[in-house]
Amino acid sequence: MSSSTREQCDVAIIGGGPSGLAAATELKRLGVDSVVVLERECEAGGIPRHCGHSPFGLREFRRILSGPSYAGKLSTAAKSQGVDVRLNTTVVSIGESGQLELSTVDGLNYINARKVILSTGIRETTRAARLVSGQRPMGVMTTGALQSLVYLEHKKPFKNPVIIGSELVSFSALLSCRHSGIRPIAIIEQNPRITAHLGLKLLARLLGVPIYCRSRLQEIMGRRTVSGVKIETASGKTNVLECDGVVFTGKFIAESSLMRKSHLQFDQATGNPVVDQFGRCSDADYFATGNMTHPVETAGFCWSHGIETAQQVYAALAGKLDKFNRRSVIYPNNSLIKYAVPQVLAIADNGHIQVENRSDSQSIQIRVNKPVKGRLSLKSGLETLAEKSINVLPERRVELELRTLSDKRLPETLYLDIEEAD
Amino acid sequence: MARQFAIEGASVLAVEKGPDILNGASKGNSAILHTGFDAPAGSIEHSCIVEGYQEYLNIRDKLGLPLLTTGALVTAWTEDEESKLEGILEKALVNGVHDAELLSARSIRKREPELSPRLRAGISIPREYVIDPWTAPFSYMLQALENGAELQCNCEVLSGKFDGSLWTVKTTQGIRKAKVVINCGGLYGDLLDEKLIGQKAFSIRPRKGQFVVYDKSASQLIGSIVLPVPNEITKGVVVCRTAFGNLLVGPTAEEQDSRDDASVLDATLRSLCRQGESIVPALAGQPITATFAGIRPATEFKDYCIRTYKEKHYISVGGIRSTGLSAALGIAKYVFDDYQVFDQKHFPSTPCIWPTVQQIAEHTTRDWQTEGNEGIVCHCELVTQREIKQALTGKLAAGSLAGLKRRTRATMGRCQGFYCSARLSELTKGFFELPIASDISQKGSGNE
Repeated sequence: MSSSTREQCDVAIIGGGPSGLAAATELKRLGVDSVVVLERECEAGGIPRHCGHSPFGLREFRRILSGPSYAGKLSTAAKSQGVDVRLNTTVVSIGESGQLELSTVDGLNYINARKVILSTGIRETTRAARLVSGQRPMGVMTTGALQSLVYLEHKKPFKNPVIIGSELVSFSALLSCRHSGIRPIAIIEQNPRITAHLGLKLLARLLGVPIYCRSRLQEIMGRRTVSGVKIETASGKTNVLECDGVVFTGKFIAESSLMRKSHLQFDQATGNPVVDQFGRCSDADYFATGNMTHPVETAGFCWSHGIETAQQVYAALAGKLDKFNRRSVIYPNNSLIKYAVPQVLAIADNGHIQVENRSDSQSIQIRVNKPVKGRLSLKSGLETLAEKSINVLPERRVELELRTLSDKRLPETLYLDIEEAD
Repeated sequence: MARQFAIEGASVLAVEKGPDILNGASKGNSAILHTGFDAPAGSIEHSCIVEGYQEYLNIRDKLGLPLLTTGALVTAWTEDEESKLEGILEKALVNGVHDAELLSARSIRKREPELSPRLRAGISIPREYVIDPWTAPFSYMLQALENGAELQCNCEVLSGKFDGSLWTVKTTQGIRKAKVVINCGGLYGDLLDEKLIGQKAFSIRPRKGQFVVYDKSASQLIGSIVLPVPNEITKGVVVCRTAFGNLLVGPTAEEQDSRDDASVLDATLRSLCRQGESIVPALAGQPITATFAGIRPATEFKDYCIRTYKEKHYISVGGIRSTGLSAALGIAKYVFDDYQVFDQKHFPSTPCIWPTVQQIAEHTTRDWQTEGNEGIVCHCELVTQREIKQALTGKLAAGSLAGLKRRTRATMGRCQGFYCSARLSELTKGFFELPIASDISQKGSGNE
């Protein structure tokens, strides 16, 4: 099919989760003509679809909702605003000038979009990618798989699993187990304290599930199904825990397979496409939003990020977002920094950073690899351009505002550093 | 074997003790179609590889089997390894691989720019290819069945007696009779020999190989199969693309007692990653999709152990190691030749039936590209609902999640089931003896 006979649209949004649906709804609200959401699942809504528990929707609907009803509301809002939500539609490849290759039930298809928003979300790091020892029985899965089994298909894959990790999602896994009559036997955390807020320890205690900190999963045992796990304890001893399943929770990574094999510049640290302060990728026809920019955030955060991105895309469609002629690259200069987003700043010809009206919301987002107390700074050579003191844990958002940069001429390279307090 | 004998018109019964075919030694290998360039000259292994290689190329179009024409490079990274290249080249030429060619590091890196600059020299073996390790043997069995063979899974041989003209074999699924018994027992071949003929010509020495499979994005890094200079025991750690569009690093060669413990070890996997990165530096930072281990049925001998016991109407086929995938069709011919001593008369079934199976290799036309595919279920591997339904029915239907994975690749991708486990469990409901998950009871709590 030649590109001239291909279907055209103004904005194609890849992924119908909270950020994608929010962006689509906002674009329609702003008056963009054809907005298409391409969703590979049979229903839109993203991960909240299979988080059967509360709380969702406070920010968006000022109500406490369960994940599925939140997902349903987002999807209904998009459709009633006139968004074309296409289900069971998988984007297979993305190309220059917004050319997308699709797979639908009818086979191979194409669509051309003036602008494309990438909102493909995240998934958890698997057992394989964590290089865990042991056999490979059934019953080893991520929270995502567990939740979709429990909430979408009303099935339970095991009765007494161990939960690996103690991020927010680990406790979500705990609630999902509870919902389906699965009784986890323990939560295993490598670090001295849980990664999520300490208050959640109480939840585990209420549900009678012990948390073993400073413990490491050493080996998975079992031929066909899981029979147990070996845990290395704080004292270096190995304990065998009998269980019939293993849930790997968290260590979220971007679902960025499409971008990895595309023409877009890629950032190894986030596992996402490189973006500027507007969420623009290296090809200015592409934008990224939600967890596609900084894994991992809550659904509510992704939703508002989707709206912000939609406003940038709207400006770009109207020709109001300047093409970046120059850019400053931000290099994390300290191994404590897991990643920083945006990875580049678009700079105007006069050397000043381009900011838009809502500049107050613009910032560099940083994540750290381990608990850090100290000073975070953005430097150009020896000059400090912005700084703030921080005291953070891994997987928590740290923001350095860009507003303070607006009166400075920026060079081509900037460095982020953390000076640890004693 | 089943295919060869069925096509020749023999009435064939294949018994498998596992719940599915390809459940043992065959399930974990590096999926290379070898030319036999480095096999011991004059060995049975060499002749079977050569024969099997040619036969694969002859029949692959008819069966619709994939072929990645990658070519291989034997790479030398140390002075010592470099000094061995000459000998390897000579052996390749003796083994009839006339297009093998000694290359400088520079010309190799021109072809494979992602190879580490530490490379000293290498040999190009242009006709070593990558194939699909599952669809190929799967098609062989399917063709056997289509041509009259019978397959019985979950059927372990317990004992057997030969009365001079007929074998009576006791299995976990009852008694079966046969004129000739062929032992293809893989990792249990020596035990089966003992059970049936009270003697064995070899002892299985299980050799485990661990593998790391990188994301599809890593497969862009390298075109050729990158082989090391082999040593006495093993062909060594290979870096190559897979038919499914991934990049694979492995295997290790670890002697062990257990015939079925295919566990992986984190330290070994990490060391494989480091070895991979020392060969292709850009592998650092590439996501890992899967890890697995296979167990090869090595024996105390270097060569395959194929032995015919004429008076007992029995052939034992043992010690088929990593080259088995390449040699399979050759071994079948070799054994069928040996089988002639039993003087059985068969008349080839006419016409021979050539079934084709669904393509799961990345570079072929896949179901998701065609109409009526019913939508994609496994997003990472682009497996459609129609493909899954097909794999669950028919002559060689999948009876387990593992079997479904091998037939369709569902859940084998980068998310390892994060997205599709739930739908799969619904689609496979009632098909598996061991379901992916059980229903939560109506009362809601699901407590026992």
